[in-house]
Amino acid sequence: MSTSIVDINNLSLSYQDRQAETLAVDGLSFSVSEGEFVSIIGPSGCGKTTVLSLLMGLIQPTDGSILVMGEPAGTNNSHVGYMLQRDHLLDWRTVEENVLLSLQVKRMLTPERREHTLRLIHTYGLDQFRSHYPRQLSGGMRQKVALIRTLAFDPTLLLLDEPFSALDYQTRLRAADEIFGIIRKEHKTAILVTHDIAEAISMSDRILVFSDRPAHLKAEHVVALTSPDTPLQRRNAPEFSGLFNTLWKELEHHGV
Amino acid sequence: MASEQDLSMARRAYLTGIRRRERFIKAMRYIILIALIVLWELAARIGWIDPFITSSPSRVGATILRLLRDGELFLHIGITLLETVAGFLIGTLLGTLLAAVMWWSPTLCRILDPYLVILNALPKIALGPILIVWIGAGIGSIIVMAVLISLVVTIVTVLTGFLDITGEKQLLMRTLGASTLQTFTIVVLPAAVPTMMAALKISVGMSWVGVIVGEYLVSQAGLGYLIVYGGQVFKLDLVMASTVVLCILAAMMYYGVAFIEKKLIRHS
Repeated sequence: MSTSIVDINNLSLSYQDRQAETLAVDGLSFSVSEGEFVSIIGPSGCGKTTVLSLLMGLIQPTDGSILVMGEPAGTNNSHVGYMLQRDHLLDWRTVEENVLLSLQVKRMLTPERREHTLRLIHTYGLDQFRSHYPRQLSGGMRQKVALIRTLAFDPTLLLLDEPFSALDYQTRLRAADEIFGIIRKEHKTAILVTHDIAEAISMSDRILVFSDRPAHLKAEHVVALTSPDTPLQRRNAPEFSGLFNTLWKELEHHGV
Repeated sequence: MASEQDLSMARRAYLTGIRRRERFIKAMRYIILIALIVLWELAARIGWIDPFITSSPSRVGATILRLLRDGELFLHIGITLLETVAGFLIGTLLGTLLAAVMWWSPTLCRILDPYLVILNALPKIALGPILIVWIGAGIGSIIVMAVLISLVVTIVTVLTGFLDITGEKQLLMRTLGASTLQTFTIVVLPAAVPTMMAALKISVGMSWVGVIVGEYLVSQAGLGYLIVYGGQVFKLDLVMASTVVLCILAAMMYYGVAFIEKKLIRHS
């Protein structure tokens, strides 16, 4: 086992609103090693996204510990990139300016970083769209731009919050394929939150199943498939449907 | 783009149809204007209407020429324009600034909300006498009136624009570790440019209202003054001529703002 990037130990979170105090996460523990692609699935509203917010340090845990690269989450976010459901590209900026946004905000816009980012744009086939505006791009391409914006500051850990859910089915499969390829090629550690069981199996090395709220770890599956390593081909692996059914049953108890 | 010959018959007919409709709309606009002027002139000449009360295009033209020759016209235009531009520039800048402050602090926004609602509902013209007593009967009062009228509309419109920028875009900025100032300058302000331009257009119109009302109340010069003076001494030629000039100026200013808007919003 290589070094661990994420270490969550007995984590609890309760939050307040006018009506009541809600226990969102209760005694959650898991860790993610370097280079791993881990998916989190669970019933909707179970607190999957909350865990990503905790990893970013956007909210503080009530109890337990949450470490990212050995430091409490939020201490040094230049290691962590976050991808949201929608791309949130800024309409008035070109692709290149959008990609450089993260560096601009983090005040890391050095010539070397810029060079590195432009190389990413080139490598992942967006060269000819560099000076296009977002509305001229397709949904899948926009999400790719959003990924490169996240990769621009070279994070070690990527947090993906249902990044494909806003896309139509065809685009979604292709985008998943492509983005998976990029993440592998750049040797990133990734945590994907999704409600799509097939997507989770096709992309991850390991799947964590969350319980209904308050979230804790209900089951854990190592995904071992005898097939080439791209999400689309992995969907045809013989083990795929077996694992799908297991996960389906584990989620089923919660109703819809 | 394919050349005209490569297009199918149906396509060509469709394009011709569109062009014809465009031409018709443009032509009708001029025709209505010209017809109104001609009808007005004829009615006055034939005696259907009394030109002493309604004036007529030729008399309006003659009045404008006379004012031009006396050099009076540019004085009045100059003063009214100065007041209007000052009014809407101050109103827009101050309004945007206040909207930004209220965006910054949601608590302050909630505290000030009822005041804003009441100020918005209040006919600002009612404050005219107070302004005259406090500031004096002069250009100062008129500009303040124009500012007051455009200010509240600007705050309300621009603030709505700022608050409309989705929370998720702000979440993105937070995940990148952006400060509030960065979120404002990089995301909120540029995203609100269309709203701000809409506010500017409203504000231009509002500031004309403020200036003309102000000039009705207190003034020795300006187009509003000319209109009131003309009405008092029953020179309807003067009233009509000033109104026509006012129309032209207001239209020019509106299109000026629309032009700036087009320059600013390139990406769409």
